[in-house]
Amino acid sequence: MTGAFVALVVGATPAFAQATAAAAPAAGSYTPMKPTPGIGMPVDGGIGLQKQFSPTGEYGAWLHHGLLWIIGLICLFVLALLVIIAVRFNRRANPVASKTSHNTALEVAWTLLPVLVLIAIAVPSIDLIAKQYKPAPESALTIKITGNQWFWTYGYPDNGDFEVISNMLNIPGQPTINNGIREVGTRPWDGPSHLEVDNRMVVPAGEPIRLQITAADVIHSFAVPSLWFKLDAVPGRINERVLFVEKPGVYYGQCSELCGAKHGYMPIAVEALPRDKYNAWVLTHAGGLIDGKKKPVAATAAAAPAAPATDASAAPAGEASAEAE
Amino acid sequence: MATTADHFQAHTEDHGHHGHDHEHKPAFFARWFMSTNHKDIGTMYLIFAIFAGVVGGAISGIMRAELAQPGIQYLGFFAKMVGDNPTDFNATLHMWNVLITAHGLIMVFFMVMPAIIGGFGNWFVPIMIGAPDMAFPRMNNISFWLTVAGFCSLMCSPFVPGGTGMGAGTGWTVYAPLSTSGSVGPAVDFGIFALHLAGAGSIMGAINFITTIFNMRAPGMTIHKMPLFVWSVLVTAFLLLLALPVLAAAITMLLTDRNFGTTFFDASGGGDPVLYQHLFWFFGHPEVYIMILPGFGIISQIVSTFSKKPVFGYLGMAYAMVAIGVVGFIVWAHHMYATGLSVNTKMYFTAATMVIAVPTGVKIFSWIATMWGGSIEFKSPMVWAIGFIFLFTVGGVTGVVLANGGVDDVLHDTYYVVAHFHYVLSLGAVTALFAGFYYWFPKMSGRMHSEFLAHVHFWIFFVGVNMIFFPMHFLGLQGMPRRYPDYAEAFTYWNHFATVGYMVMSASMVVWFVNIIYAFTAGKKAPANYWGEGATTLEWTLSSPPPYHQFETLPVIDETVHH
Repeated sequence: MTGAFVALVVGATPAFAQATAAAAPAAGSYTPMKPTPGIGMPVDGGIGLQKQFSPTGEYGAWLHHGLLWIIGLICLFVLALLVIIAVRFNRRANPVASKTSHNTALEVAWTLLPVLVLIAIAVPSIDLIAKQYKPAPESALTIKITGNQWFWTYGYPDNGDFEVISNMLNIPGQPTINNGIREVGTRPWDGPSHLEVDNRMVVPAGEPIRLQITAADVIHSFAVPSLWFKLDAVPGRINERVLFVEKPGVYYGQCSELCGAKHGYMPIAVEALPRDKYNAWVLTHAGGLIDGKKKPVAATAAAAPAAPATDASAAPAGEASAEAE
Repeated sequence: MATTADHFQAHTEDHGHHGHDHEHKPAFFARWFMSTNHKDIGTMYLIFAIFAGVVGGAISGIMRAELAQPGIQYLGFFAKMVGDNPTDFNATLHMWNVLITAHGLIMVFFMVMPAIIGGFGNWFVPIMIGAPDMAFPRMNNISFWLTVAGFCSLMCSPFVPGGTGMGAGTGWTVYAPLSTSGSVGPAVDFGIFALHLAGAGSIMGAINFITTIFNMRAPGMTIHKMPLFVWSVLVTAFLLLLALPVLAAAITMLLTDRNFGTTFFDASGGGDPVLYQHLFWFFGHPEVYIMILPGFGIISQIVSTFSKKPVFGYLGMAYAMVAIGVVGFIVWAHHMYATGLSVNTKMYFTAATMVIAVPTGVKIFSWIATMWGGSIEFKSPMVWAIGFIFLFTVGGVTGVVLANGGVDDVLHDTYYVVAHFHYVLSLGAVTALFAGFYYWFPKMSGRMHSEFLAHVHFWIFFVGVNMIFFPMHFLGLQGMPRRYPDYAEAFTYWNHFATVGYMVMSASMVVWFVNIIYAFTAGKKAPANYWGEGATTLEWTLSSPPPYHQFETLPVIDETVHH
């Protein structure tokens, strides 16, 4: 299975893909993760936010929860007033209308009270924005995301600059969306249809990651609801934001800016792995490097004992691609 | 607003006795195709808006049918109908984008705006200020026909190539570069031309309203005595005048980018796609107030009439609209939170956007205070108006949620946004339109509608639209993006529910049309003031329908009356 997956990794020349496929049993260190039902994806008939797996997501969900209370109470208050009016001030209950048309104290009150409520909302809201924009530490891993009509490519400049092309899996019983791509549900780790892709964007969990987002043709938007992340991919611009995934898992999202015919068919699948497993995943790619080396550093070597085998077979191609950048 | 009503009543009845000849109505062609009469032009705007609304509503029916379950069901049929290759699945999917684009453009530019400004504005602004007609009657005519021409241009676009398939599939926002390099073929040009024509018509309409309201008020009708509907149209006209030229500039640049090799919105030539978004939303945000402010005005008239009370806090109500109009111009980038704004920009637009909730709250509370202590008659316009107040509140508070730049990161471009703007437009502006329709229909036609059917219409509509749009909040919170013809299976339940809601809502439209037919065939003749003592604005001093030319002798407004 791993062999098959490695062969699918895009960016490798056919000859090289064969070589890694041959070495795969020895590598044996990466199998795509099986998503947990209901985590990182919408749930059947769900009515609330997806469970959050990032610090800003938890903060944002808390803020949204508070807002929901405030707006719910405002709606109920208005509804209650309308019901009281219908009961007390209909023609039969109140045959003679009052002529009151001014009450300065009341008018000042209903201007100032909303101001206070809005200030109360604005304080955490502005704070949330500030937190979201906190730049990543210099040492953070950079991933380059490019939106294309209609797929995503993920570049890993800190790991040897290999690139992963991510296409939606075809849906059984529907016309082919992406030629040459398998159908969803044919691998044990496949997630929901419309959301699962052939090659996921794999990231390390528990550390800040610098995402740099752009587009090759029209505007797309990289969005993952369970990670509280949405940032447009604009051709000619690079948008940068920090992603911090707290726990290993698979988190799905979808393109969120109209980008043409197959806008609905270019989902995003983020697979967060512990650092050692992430490193092992990197080394399954042609030219994959960890800290500039084709061999993982001591700390992670133990976790991925088979990696050197992959390395050895990958060496010439790996070097070539490293030089190319 | 009390007037020397008895004086006028006598005058209009005088007209009635002499019958048709005295009114000098032109023959059919001259009357309807070369019209300079504000009431005739208003009627044509309303008929046009109803027609466009049926087209736009039918398109949303196709969309709801497609979204009733996951997978692609009906798009292929419609793609084939406009001449797409049926085996090209991309062209089938492109059809979806054509539908959402057409629905948005039709409903905004050819349904709500013509109905609420062109229709009710034309009909009642001159009458309410005691003027015989609009200031520029012939410009009024060309405003209308430019709108019709724009609609025809838009209707051409689905039948010509637009890139991946037939028609313009750019969304109503027409974002570059999808609308430039991403859409080869004349479809988008037809769409842009449609906006140019409709926009030019609206700018002329705005100039006409501003001039009329500033110069043609009857003696004694000071600015601070104008009915709130007139105030609302005045503010709206200023928004149109200032916002539409920016749209015209933006789409002209699109046009030259598309056809003449300029690169205003193309990064490879030194331009910037985000510049287009700034220009579009500088127009686009005031545009949403253009659609809702006249609705505010209509609701104020109705609430006051049926509570038999003057509007509570008249000055506060008028200047709340002015405040909404002014602040509406400095909040546009809250539509662009995901484009990569800088942190300070995002904080500013978050704070500025929330400010709008304050004058909006003043309006909601003032309507409630107007009803408080009243002797309310629940006639059909009042029921629609109360429905408006509640539905607009629901749509308004979700706006406060979306105003937060940090929260918008998860809700932007999801169904939550679709739910929000349909609550303020489809359930807000449209509910206000129906309220105004039942309020003024007998005045305009001279025939009473059925109050029973009008109530049935309201309740079925109310249930239907809430079934369509409330679950969209859930879909958006769960992460379902907008503008998707197909979706993950987890979204099926609420999408199916919304589609059932659409069927309920369309049943209410049948009731409405039956009611119109009933009014014209069996409806009682409407007296001058069929709503009774609470109806005090000038249109109630005229016969129903009003004489072809009203106020040949200007009315005098009683100086002692205040609100």
